[in-house]
Amino acid sequence: MYVAVKGGEAAIANAHALLADRRRGDRSVPALRLDQIVEQLALGVDRVMSEGSLYDRELAALAIVQARGDMIEAIFLVRAYRTTLPRFGYTKAIDTGAMLVERRVSATYKDLPGGQLLGPTFDYTHRLLDPELAAGGDVAEPLQRASEAEAMPRVSAILAREGLIEPDGDMPQDHIPGDITREPLEFPMARDIRLQALSRGDEGFLLALGYSTQRGYARNHPFVGEVRIGEVELELDVPELPFAVPLGSVRVTECQMVNQFKGSAKAPQFTRGYGLVFGQSERKAMAMALCDRALRATEFGEDVVAAAQDEEFVISHSDNVQATGFVEHLKLPHYVDFQAELDLVRRMRAEHDARENAGRAEEKREAAE
Amino acid sequence: MRGQEARDQAERKAVMATLAQSTGDDIVRLWKEAGLPSEAELLRGPETGLVTVRGRIGGGGAPFNVGEATVTRATVRLASGEVGHCYALGRDKQKAKLAAIADALWQDPTRRNEVETKLIAPLQAALARARERRRAETAATKVDFFTMVRGED
Repeated sequence: MYVAVKGGEAAIANAHALLADRRRGDRSVPALRLDQIVEQLALGVDRVMSEGSLYDRELAALAIVQARGDMIEAIFLVRAYRTTLPRFGYTKAIDTGAMLVERRVSATYKDLPGGQLLGPTFDYTHRLLDPELAAGGDVAEPLQRASEAEAMPRVSAILAREGLIEPDGDMPQDHIPGDITREPLEFPMARDIRLQALSRGDEGFLLALGYSTQRGYARNHPFVGEVRIGEVELELDVPELPFAVPLGSVRVTECQMVNQFKGSAKAPQFTRGYGLVFGQSERKAMAMALCDRALRATEFGEDVVAAAQDEEFVISHSDNVQATGFVEHLKLPHYVDFQAELDLVRRMRAEHDARENAGRAEEKREAAE
Repeated sequence: MRGQEARDQAERKAVMATLAQSTGDDIVRLWKEAGLPSEAELLRGPETGLVTVRGRIGGGGAPFNVGEATVTRATVRLASGEVGHCYALGRDKQKAKLAAIADALWQDPTRRNEVETKLIAPLQAALARARERRRAETAATKVDFFTMVRGED
């Protein structure tokens, strides 16, 4: 028998009204505008775009406000919105070598073509809270330095010239890139699909796994060959035009991790991990590159001994929308499930008590004899 | 002839790139100043959808899907028959419509010059200034390594 229990509509409606009130907070404080969030909480916006897997700053900002700053809730909102839009197609692959670079550092080469550009980084700050920011003072314009436009080849391309590093990852000639938004996950998976999952994976989860590889769980001796952040142009092939139509630019972060070399029969070469994410997030791009390399264990004949090397474990748990959905659903009514368990436990306890009583009666009889 | 056609296509693509990169506000302002006609028959849109952005493994290897981006597109036809298209990142429908009209006007040889000088050239100049400024700001954060000489010789 199934009995639907209704009720709670009024409580839910009132709870949502209360949420709206608490979201707005003290009415004497001005309401946030989306452009303020886009401009001043830009890296939070970038995280929502990256893990929401949707590049649109204003929508990400709206999601952040609507979620009261709860990032995973904001990511959830963005993912839900994506499903309402038609898809026009797949862009041509971006060329990160042609990026308008805003930051580019290499930990493997001091002097490299294009140089080390620190850009707007938290590195080398003292991590002291700044009371002047709280006061909202004016901020000086940044300095500018005239310089010739210089080509900035990827570090991997420099190493590749001497054959010291494995090539950029190739797939078979006729391989069509897999798409986890269209087909369910299957294991083992090709590297292109893994990278798509990692790119929208939870930053904290990937960071912890990347960290675990450094601490010895699947050690692969990483160097940051390069991290670069900047804008790349997008182009889309469409049937109505004889050329790829330019769409504008998106900001991405790319990490080229240079790892432990391999080879004895073959000439030894450094191996690689790759990270590419929407927005400015080098922590995420670096964590992604560490995980990408760890997940290539079987490709290099390494023993799979650590969590970060276990493809099914990593990819099945990297999506924070799925994770929060399954964890948080536990708080929804499970009255019937629980009732069934209650009945079962009561019955088992009754059986247990009956056995105990029977046992005690037996003991007594034996003692009496 | 083939060379001319290729040049025309490259120029048209550059015009579309400029329009896609520019903000809707800049396009609307210049449009009004130039007094360009904003009437056209809408054949499609403006409508917002998604494109899936692709990267390459290792930067230059096989392509993979990174994530989606919002794109708004429009297709218009002028009374004189030219059909114009726009695809641009974001959700600005007015921008998509005007950019499609600009693409159509640009294809009309009698209008091309006006569109180039009053709309595209100023937009391009603004984009170039912004790009140059960003480059110069980044260049100011370039590390100039120097070596400290220590000891007598």
